[in-house]
Amino acid sequence: MRSRRRVALQHHEFHTVIGKDDMTAVNPPTPPERGQQHPAQDAVPPASARAAYVAPTAQYASPDPDPEAALSIRGLFKTFGQNHAVDGISLDVPAGSFYGLVGPNGAGKTTTLSMATGLLRPDAGVVAVHGVDVWQHPLDAKARVGVLSDGARLFDRLTGEQLVIYAGVLSGMDRPTAISRTKDLLQLLDLQSAAGTLVVDYSAGMTKKIALACAMVHAPRLLVLDEPFESVDPVSAANIRDILGGFVSGGGTVIVSSHVMDLVQRMCDHVAVITSGRVVASGTVDDVRGGEDLEDRFVELVGGRRVQEGPEWLRYS
Amino acid sequence: MVAVLVGLRLLVLRNSLKRSVGQLIAVIIGGLYGLFVLAMVILGLFALNLAPVDLLRTIIVLAGSALTLGWAIIPLFLPIEQTLDAPHLAVYPIPLNKLLTGLLISGVVGIPGAITMVASIFTFGSWLRMPGIAVLALLCGIAGALLCVMLSRAVTAAASGLSSGRRFREAAGILIFIPLVLLGPIIAGTASSLENSKDVLPNLANAMSWTPLGAIWAIPSQVALGDPLGAVLRALIGLATIAVVFLVWRWGLARALVTPVHAASRVRAQGKLGLFGRFPDTPAGVIAARCLTYWFRDPRYLRQLVIIPVLPLLLWFYSSLTGGTFLLQAAGPFVAFVLGITLIADVSYDSTAFVLHMSKAVPGRADRWGRASAVLVFGLPAVVAITFITAAVAHDWMPVPALLGLSVGLLLGGLGVCSVTSAVVVFPAPSPGDNPFKTRPGANTALLGSTFITWGVLAVVTAPEIALLIVNLVTGQPLWGWIALVVGVILGPVTLVIGANVGGRILDRRSPELLMQLQKDA
Repeated sequence: MRSRRRVALQHHEFHTVIGKDDMTAVNPPTPPERGQQHPAQDAVPPASARAAYVAPTAQYASPDPDPEAALSIRGLFKTFGQNHAVDGISLDVPAGSFYGLVGPNGAGKTTTLSMATGLLRPDAGVVAVHGVDVWQHPLDAKARVGVLSDGARLFDRLTGEQLVIYAGVLSGMDRPTAISRTKDLLQLLDLQSAAGTLVVDYSAGMTKKIALACAMVHAPRLLVLDEPFESVDPVSAANIRDILGGFVSGGGTVIVSSHVMDLVQRMCDHVAVITSGRVVASGTVDDVRGGEDLEDRFVELVGGRRVQEGPEWLRYS
Repeated sequence: MVAVLVGLRLLVLRNSLKRSVGQLIAVIIGGLYGLFVLAMVILGLFALNLAPVDLLRTIIVLAGSALTLGWAIIPLFLPIEQTLDAPHLAVYPIPLNKLLTGLLISGVVGIPGAITMVASIFTFGSWLRMPGIAVLALLCGIAGALLCVMLSRAVTAAASGLSSGRRFREAAGILIFIPLVLLGPIIAGTASSLENSKDVLPNLANAMSWTPLGAIWAIPSQVALGDPLGAVLRALIGLATIAVVFLVWRWGLARALVTPVHAASRVRAQGKLGLFGRFPDTPAGVIAARCLTYWFRDPRYLRQLVIIPVLPLLLWFYSSLTGGTFLLQAAGPFVAFVLGITLIADVSYDSTAFVLHMSKAVPGRADRWGRASAVLVFGLPAVVAITFITAAVAHDWMPVPALLGLSVGLLLGGLGVCSVTSAVVVFPAPSPGDNPFKTRPGANTALLGSTFITWGVLAVVTAPEIALLIVNLVTGQPLWGWIALVVGVILGPVTLVIGANVGGRILDRRSPELLMQLQKDA
């Protein structure tokens, strides 16, 4: 994995060299060296290359959600004023997969996940969790999903322990179960020593972890995590990754949204790339990246990379 | 650098005016009021030319001391200006002394600083009969005003140096509320006691002139009274004060620049469930436990909790002024009313944390019942206790049954009505951890609408109890009181049950829309 990362960096350096010759280029042309590595890739222009991975609604045989999938989305739309935040997304997340949802800022990831978990009412479209329609039968659907919302507050005047027990009882379990599960989760997430501290006094990483515990306490079959690794330290991130890996190998399904391509490439087996409210590519990670590094592939799909050196006064050599 | 800081202060002032028309109008009205007060003060200062020097001295020294004291205390509780706070400036390479000068001048440029400065300068106006002293008064006024600004800066810097922890800030925010509420009675009380002893004020002024607060203000009158030695001594006190305040400010600022605000965290082991171990383990039960924990831990709720002891005290004071006991005995229903309608802000106070209730699919009814029962747990005993205690103080037990009936009706009715309104409307409220007295732009209109509707419905719902109480008081027949009690005890719970059911159903349907509004407000 590490060696592939190094290759990716070399590509970046190469882009920079190209950029020096052509300062205004928004999308630098693919260097010929890369074409020799992947001749088939280089032969097609970017637009049709994209088409090979595009997952339009037509790809799905039935307009109805797939009951076999852990999460199945069909024709999801959401508009805020003039802004088409989600512009016709269809997606199947296979049961037992570790699914990455990637996209630039403002691509509609959070909006999509909010609608998929019953937190935001879609303008149009159907969402089903293990065959249960989220907006027709919200109680059944929500019992199967654990949600970590990015940017949402927690009831932070409770201690960490109280908060997880609160979440547990809210989802319908009795107190002894909630207490014992809370104990397990706090141990799993390495939060025992801070169990009695108010959440408001937690660090950002600890807050993420306690929110994750709240999402997992009712043993959902599907975990939907919006930016679970933001501001989490590397050790905690590795621990969380292990926990999520264990959850998947135990038959659960995990969806994470993230900006960190490296993480997604290492962790996930499936990935969907979203930009401007549409899915531009989806499938297994290997399919989507097509032999390239996921980050390069992502930048290629999404576009908008600018290669510039910055102003003269910022240069020291 | 000094000019840049002062310019920044003015720019912030201008931009804050540009943000909304409503704010602009409020600032204009406030500014006009300030100018009016300032004009009156200046007029008064000129009018003092006609007064004997002794009286002049008493007034100037006392007013100056009070002004200085105000500048020292108020910034502790109401952070006036945050743009030029140390944490914001810490990242720029500004020499400390330039920073101090810049902050001092920008403090004078702000609205309170400017008013203080102008008023202080115009103390020369009282000395037109003695031009030499007028010049001295002018200089002392400038020094006094600068001391005011420096003092407020020093106090803020020192306080943030001592404790920037969350607990201190929150406790201070609540504690200042009590004297503020009781300010009216305190002023009235001191004024009436001062009336009785006329020579108290001159003596007080004399004493104050030897303290750091009043020394500077006493210098001109001391010279005018023919006591140059006393004037020099007070000038020394004043200079020493300025020096000490400056050094404290400098120390505090230097410290604050390298000590960012931190969260004081007390690490405690697990196992302390608090209220979560006592309430039933149903969704409604834990929501009640959570809300009750918040009532005693969150400053925004604590502020409302403080009303329970303070409101009866306030009413007791005002009823002692008028001589009757009517107001005092109204304390029970008053508190019941206030506690009942607190629920209107409950979801708004949750802010986006409300998402937990949604993602766990909490039934709306459980949500409503949890929140309402948290208030009932302490509200009902408190209201009953207040009704009995005020009756005992007033030695009037006749209206107690009717008052109890009305109190129960108001408390439970208010909770019931708010269970519906708070499921329909959320509005921008102070965020968790914010100053509880902060009002968010746009909060007032939304809040006003739903509050008026809530009050209207509540008035209709409790009309029978109110009518029976009035009949009871007019006829003096206890029977009406007992009927009011029965009606209240029946009608209150009925309203609450209906409110919780209707509100719960609305919440089930509308929670995504509520969450969207909460996210917008967050």
